[in-house]
Formats: sequence, C-alpha cells, structure tokens
Amino acid sequence: MMRFLLLFSRQGRLRLQKWFTPMMDREKKKIIRDMTTMVLSRQPRTCNFMQWKDLKIIYKRYASLYFCLAIESQENELLALEVIHRYVELLDKYFGNVCELDIIFNFEKAYFILDEFLMGGEIQETSKQIVNRSIDASDMLQETLEEYMSKPAF
Amino acid sequence: MLQHSYTHTAMSPSVPLQEMIRAIRSARTQCEERGVIQRECAAIRAQFRQADNGGRSHNLAKLLYVHMLGYPAHFGQMECVRMIASSRYSEKRVGYLGAMMLLDEKQDASLLITNSIKNDLSHSNQYVQSLALCTLACMGSAEMCRDLAPEIDRLLRASNSYIKKKAALCAVHIVRKVHELGELFAPAARSLLSEKNHGVLHGAVVLITELCERSSESLERFRKTVPDLVQIMKGLVISGYSPEHDVAGISDPFLQVRLLRLLRILGRNNETASDAMNDLLAQVATNTDSTKTVGNAVLYETVLTVLDIKSESGLRVLAVNILGRFLLNNDRNIRYIAMTSLQKIVGTDHNAVQRHRGTIVDCLKDQDASVKRRALDLSLALVSASNIRSMMKELLLFLSSCPPELRSQAANGIFTAAERYAPSKRWHIDTILHVLITAGGDVRDETVPNLIQLITNTSELHCYTVHKLYRALLSDISQQSLVQVACWCIGEYGDLLLRGDCQEVEPMQVCEDDVLDALETVLQSHMSSTATRGFALTATMKLSTRITDNVDRIRSIVSIYGSCIDLELQQRAVEYNALFKKYDHMRAAVLERMPVIERNSSGLINGDPTGEPVKEVQPSKVKTEVSLPLPQAADQTCDLLDLLSSSEQQPQSPPAAGSSILTQPLGTDCSAGRDLLDLLGGLEPTPPPTAVTVYEKDGVTLTIVCEKQSDSAMTVTLTGFNSSDCDVSSFTLQAAVPKSVQLHMKAPSGDSLPAGGAAKVTQVVLLNNPNKVNLKMRIRVSYSCRGSTVQETVQVDSFPGL
Repeated sequence: MMRFLLLFSRQGRLRLQKWFTPMMDREKKKIIRDMTTMVLSRQPRTCNFMQWKDLKIIYKRYASLYFCLAIESQENELLALEVIHRYVELLDKYFGNVCELDIIFNFEKAYFILDEFLMGGEIQETSKQIVNRSIDASDMLQETLEEYMSKPAF
Repeated sequence: MLQHSYTHTAMSPSVPLQEMIRAIRSARTQCEERGVIQRECAAIRAQFRQADNGGRSHNLAKLLYVHMLGYPAHFGQMECVRMIASSRYSEKRVGYLGAMMLLDEKQDASLLITNSIKNDLSHSNQYVQSLALCTLACMGSAEMCRDLAPEIDRLLRASNSYIKKKAALCAVHIVRKVHELGELFAPAARSLLSEKNHGVLHGAVVLITELCERSSESLERFRKTVPDLVQIMKGLVISGYSPEHDVAGISDPFLQVRLLRLLRILGRNNETASDAMNDLLAQVATNTDSTKTVGNAVLYETVLTVLDIKSESGLRVLAVNILGRFLLNNDRNIRYIAMTSLQKIVGTDHNAVQRHRGTIVDCLKDQDASVKRRALDLSLALVSASNIRSMMKELLLFLSSCPPELRSQAANGIFTAAERYAPSKRWHIDTILHVLITAGGDVRDETVPNLIQLITNTSELHCYTVHKLYRALLSDISQQSLVQVACWCIGEYGDLLLRGDCQEVEPMQVCEDDVLDALETVLQSHMSSTATRGFALTATMKLSTRITDNVDRIRSIVSIYGSCIDLELQQRAVEYNALFKKYDHMRAAVLERMPVIERNSSGLINGDPTGEPVKEVQPSKVKTEVSLPLPQAADQTCDLLDLLSSSEQQPQSPPAAGSSILTQPLGTDCSAGRDLLDLLGGLEPTPPPTAVTVYEKDGVTLTIVCEKQSDSAMTVTLTGFNSSDCDVSSFTLQAAVPKSVQLHMKAPSGDSLPAGGAAKVTQVVLLNNPNKVNLKMRIRVSYSCRGSTVQETVQVDSFPGL
C-alpha cells in the first residue's frame, strides 16, 4: 500500500498531505521535514527512487511542485510513478492547465479529486474518465443541494 | 493575480476561503503571517460558536488551510463532527475532509462520527455513501471497523459498481485493522471477480491479495481462482484499444500489475498454480510494449512474478534477460530497478546474472548515486574465482572515484572478495595495499592486524612487501592504517629493505638513515594518531637489531620519547630504554623476527558473518609463545611488561627464528579463511590420540591426551568430566614438572562440571623438554561437590603418544 503522499513547492512549503496510516502530528511533521530535505537536495538527472527506512520514496517534479509518494517495499516503483502522473492528469483536466496556485487556492478540491482516485492507500479507480465524471457529479450535487437547501422549508 | 478558466461546470470557488488565503500569502514576514492567522482563527472560532449561518463549510475549509500551514487546529474537531451530521452535502463534504485531516483513530472525537458514518453508508445518494466509505477507509479505528463490517459486506454484494469498488477498499482497510474479519469478506470477494467494471475488479484483486497475505487458508482457497485471474489478464493483454483504460497502448496497467502480484502470491511454492500461469506470463513478457514507463512497469511486475513462482527455466531466462535489457535502458529509473531485482536473485540464479556482469560493472560509472550503490552491491555479489582479476580492476577504479558514502562499503567489499578469491599472495597483498593507499581511512579496524597476519604468513614476499610499503610511506603518511602496516613491516623486515635487492620492484638504494628518517617523520607528524606513533616507535626499536650503524640514533630517539606527554608512547619508550640498558642481553631475543601468527578469529573475514558457529579457541589470542613479544597493535606494552616482570616463567633461551614451541600452521592458506587454526590437532593428519584416565573418583574423571609437536615440545590436553549426579564447581588443575622441563598452562575452558556429563572442562598444557629428561607430571585436582572441597594429587609417569 501507499503510506503517504506529499506535495510541496521548491521552497519546501507544503501544499497537500495525505496520510494513509494513522500517525501522530509530531511524526507527520518530522516526516514532512525529512522528505522535503531529502527530495530538495537531490541532484537533477538522478533517478526518482530513494530508500527511506523501510519505505520506497518515489518523487517527481512537475513545474514548481514536487510530488512525493511513499510506498511499501513490495510495491512497484514504476507503477507509483504512473500513479503520480495520473493524479497530475486528473488535476490538469479539472483545473485546466493546472498550476501550483490552483492547488493552493482550491486545496479542498485537490483533496476531493484525490479521494476519488485513491483510497486507503490503494488505487480506487483506474479510469480517468470515471474519476472526472464522479467529481463533476459531486460538484453538481453540491450546487443543487445548496440551492435546494436554501429554499425555505414551507 | 489569480486567473481561473474552468472548462466545464465546476462549482464556484469559495470566496471567503480564497480571500483568507490571499491575505495570508501577502504577509511579508513570518510574524505578520502569524498575526493574520491568529485573527482568522479567532474569527473562525467565533463563527463556530454561532448558529448555523450557511457559511459553515467555508469556515471549516479556512481552518483546514491554516492546519496545512502547520498551525494548531484542534478546536475544529467538534465542528467536523457537527458538519458531518449536517444534511447539506457541501457541509458533509468538508466535514468529512476535516475529519480525515484533523481526526484520527487516536482522538476521542473520532468515535463520535461513527454513527454518522453508519447512517451515511445507507444514504440514498451514492455520493454521500462515498464520503462515508472514504472516511472509514482512511481513519476507521478497529472498533468502528468491527461495528460497520457487516454493512460493508452488504454493500460489497448489492450496490452499483461505484459503491462496490469503494466498499472493496473499505473492506481492505477493515481486514488490515481487524484480521479476523477477513473471513467475513472472502465470499463476496470471490464473487466480485466476475464483475466487468475495472474499478470493482481492481478493488476485488486488492482485497483478495490482502486476504491471501494474511491467512494461509484463504491462500489455499483463492488458489482456485488462478484460471479466472489468468483469463482476466489475458483479456486485458489481447484486447484491442479501450479508450476508457488505455495508457500509452497498455490496457489498464494498474489492474494488470495488481493481477500479476496476486498471481505471484498464489503461485509461490505451488507447482500447479505456477504451471497454470506459465503461458500467460510468457505472453505478457514478450508482447508488452517496453518503450514507455508504463509498459516497463508491467514487465517489471511480470519479471518479479516469474522469478518468485515455480516457473520453467526457459521463462526464468526470459525474465532475467528482460532485466538485462532494462540495464541498457536510457531511463535511469529502469536501470535502478533492474539492479535491485538482480540483487534479489543473484544468489539463486547466479549464472544468469553473471551474463550481464559487464553492463552491471559499467553502471559503477553512472552519475546517479543510487544507481552506483546498487551497482556496487551487485558487482561485489558477482565476484567469483574466475573473474576476480578483471572485477578487481573495475572495483579499484571505482574506489578511487566513488562518492564518500560508498567508500567504506566498497573497501570492505573489496577486502572480502580479495580474501576469498585471491589468485596469488602477491596479488592479494598488492590489492590490499592499493585499497589502503586509496581509501585507508574508510576501512575497518581489523584490517591492520589482518594484513599484518597475511604479510607475515607470506614469507616469500617479505622483501617485496616491505619495499612497496616503504615507498608508499615516503609518498603519503596520512592514511593511518597504511602507515601502521608500513611501520610494522619496516620494523620487522628492515634488514631486507636495507639489503636493497628485490627482484619484483625497481632497485632503490635505501640506507639506514633514510629508514630512520621515515619512521621519525611518522613519529613527529601531527597527522599520525597515537596508535600509529606507537607502531613507529616500536618499529624504530626493532630496527636496533637489524641495522648496524645507527643504533645510537635509535637509542636517542627512544630516550627522547621517554618524556613524551602521551602515556602510551612514554611507557613504551621507557621500556625500550630499559631494554637498551639493563636488559641489553635480551634485546636481540625480544626483538626477534615474528613467527607466523595464527588466525584467532574463526574464519571471520573482516567481520563477514559466515553463520558458522565459532569454534571455541583456547583463549590464547596471539599470546601463543611465552617468550616472544606479541604483535597486537596496542598490546605491546603489556606484553613486554609480562616478559620483563614475569616470575613464573623461567628465562628462555630464544628458540631459533622460524620455529618455536608450537609448530607453525603449515603454510595454511589463511586467505582462504578456512578452518580455525586450532592449536591442538588438525595440524598433522595423525590418527586421533588416545585418552588416558589419570584420575577417577566418585564419577569425576580426568583424562589426558598427549600430542607431540616437535622434537622436544608436546601438548597435553587435560579433560575433566563429571558423570555423577551432583554438580561440580570450582574445578581447577595445577601441574608441576621436573626442573628442566618448561611448562605453560593455558586458561581452562571453564570451572564447572554439571552433573550427568552435560559439559566438560578442558585445559591445555604446553611442555618443552629440550634436555629430554624423563618426563613426569604431577597434577593437583581440586573442586567442590555437594558443598565440600575435594583436593587430590596424581602423578603421571607415562605419556602415551610421546
């Protein structure tokens, strides 16, 4: 399974954190520090895999954001790269040419999209279109329900 | 500043949230930011306390943003609970998100949402159900899982595919938290395999994998699904283009990889299952397009599966060849995983991996440190007797330019390899010297004594070695281990160095002053550690018997160091001074050439664990000879002390160089690291000597075994044994022999003899009878048994085997 997914900028500012196992806040903060240090100090043109404790860390840089995914040792690293890529594609489709600012100002949506793609540390849906459709439908629901709910009961 | 253009109808952004984010980001300093956040949090808290005003979801969202920046947000936990219970979807959505971010199973508040989740699991709207399922799979505690498991099972069986796929992953989480519940989900999991929807199939495969990994009964049961899994996989591989699932020409690679992994688990250690998937694996291995990462991901998983199950040899070769191709791939990631995979199989499929040795060795030159590290591990594993020379060339080349974090591993790996496969002694010594010169600072501590031992045992190369080391010393005295070995050699073999004639090196005229200059440089250099200076001082001293003209110079060096601040050096210098003055008659004997050092550690090569039990050595270490000082690095002081102040030993006439009380291990190949060079037995292929009982009382027996070592030397092994039914403790032996016979008792193996002969005590006695008198030995046995002390003396007049 995947253990955690972190998105951070080149200055090390955290943009998204998803933890797939329960952890103390203190631990999370330490891991975030470790990951940002490790990933940001990597030379360019090195491979995207690192060993950290008993986990494999897969990271990839997209524009100004680093995507950092930790997987257990029996997982497939190359597929993990594909998972990261798929998430970026989903964000891109939703926001249209997604950039870091989109994720900053609409972080809750980034989470909603993630929660339609991954769940419990595993891939939930392998089809891009289905994920997109689900997000759209949920968004629609939000709008219509809000309208509906704002109407007086009587 | 912020331009959005949505290409479809997305929900409108939360304005209050975005305004706050803007405000925070425009803060110029950390302090300013903290101020903004404090104000915002105060406002949020106030809002939380107010009645429902329609803006609740925005407030919580703001809090979650603040939380992500690292600020405390625990006061929002109850608000999450409230929001989840709301009937507005927008509020539920943010509430559940908040729960996943702020609550975890360790918080008390998480229990409060159990009821909401339960209700939402059976909500009429699937998106609400989805929220509940997602949250449960994210942070469901064990109690929540137990509580809601039946509900999940129901959803697994009867719902649409959108819910089924989520329920499957929820079930996975539940099984991880509460293992026993796996039984509950097994039937549903089985039936899910006949679904067509990929999301559901994927979830089912993950669930089945989890069940099989946790219980062997499940594993047995699900083995029957192998044909179905093979069918599904075949469908994916052969099927035409499916726009829904295509990734660069591969149809649903995510599902393919999970299927392969499940097949791996099912086929492991099982012939039938492995047979059933053989064809499929061959097909995937050959037909998958490997030009993009995604294809390689599938190939990689296939290779892992082939190598882990009981596959045909042809398929295994195919798999290893795929890894070999990966090694040549331009993509660094692919090279890296190829090497990690090859590392896993280098033990079992050694020959197959050897075929790719060239490529692997090339990867030592890769830019990437991770790749280099893998290449080093693999290269060291591939060293064998047949390729040792060429591999060593590459490894030494690597050592000279490798990143610092790998130097230690490389150096030690090279030593191990050299020890195992050295084609010749000279090659071995050259290799070690090369490593010491290149990376002397990164080698293990045992290297110095190990190398000294190797050099001592290679008597034919003493001249060559000392010349080489001398030259190395002249060029660089910063590598401590190298300098220590060099000093030791110069001290030992200085005469050979001065003689100047050595065929294998260029002739170089070395005079006594040069040598003493070199040693003095080491002594005085600030780069030399204390241990190194100790080596240099002792070497200087040893030279006093090997040179002719400059003995006075040595005398003055030694006396100068008699007032050295460093205690160790001072002590040595003082003792050496004493050697010059009071004990000059013993100086030659004391500084004699070293005999061959026996291997004291049992075949352990530089700490390489062989897994063999360590044979118990008589605790002699290198204190074998009574009369000669011992070469242990820091121990020289106390050994000399022993000699100069010893009372129990009679002054020895120095045995001729090269022979001593104990026979040398007969040129045994120390570099093979084979059998423990035990002092007793194993040296000559003689029939096992007979044991003679010399003492027997109440079940306690003492036997002796004698072995002749040389003309005048023999070893007597005393063995105490207790066949009575009471424990014997404080079992000690004392021995006495006629005046002209030299005796040395080594430490006993122990002093207790448990009842019933569970263990015995052995003690070795070394005898030297140069005058060949009639050998007798009186032995006093004393021990405690049943609370009383027993003391007996026996006389042994005849020694069988003598």
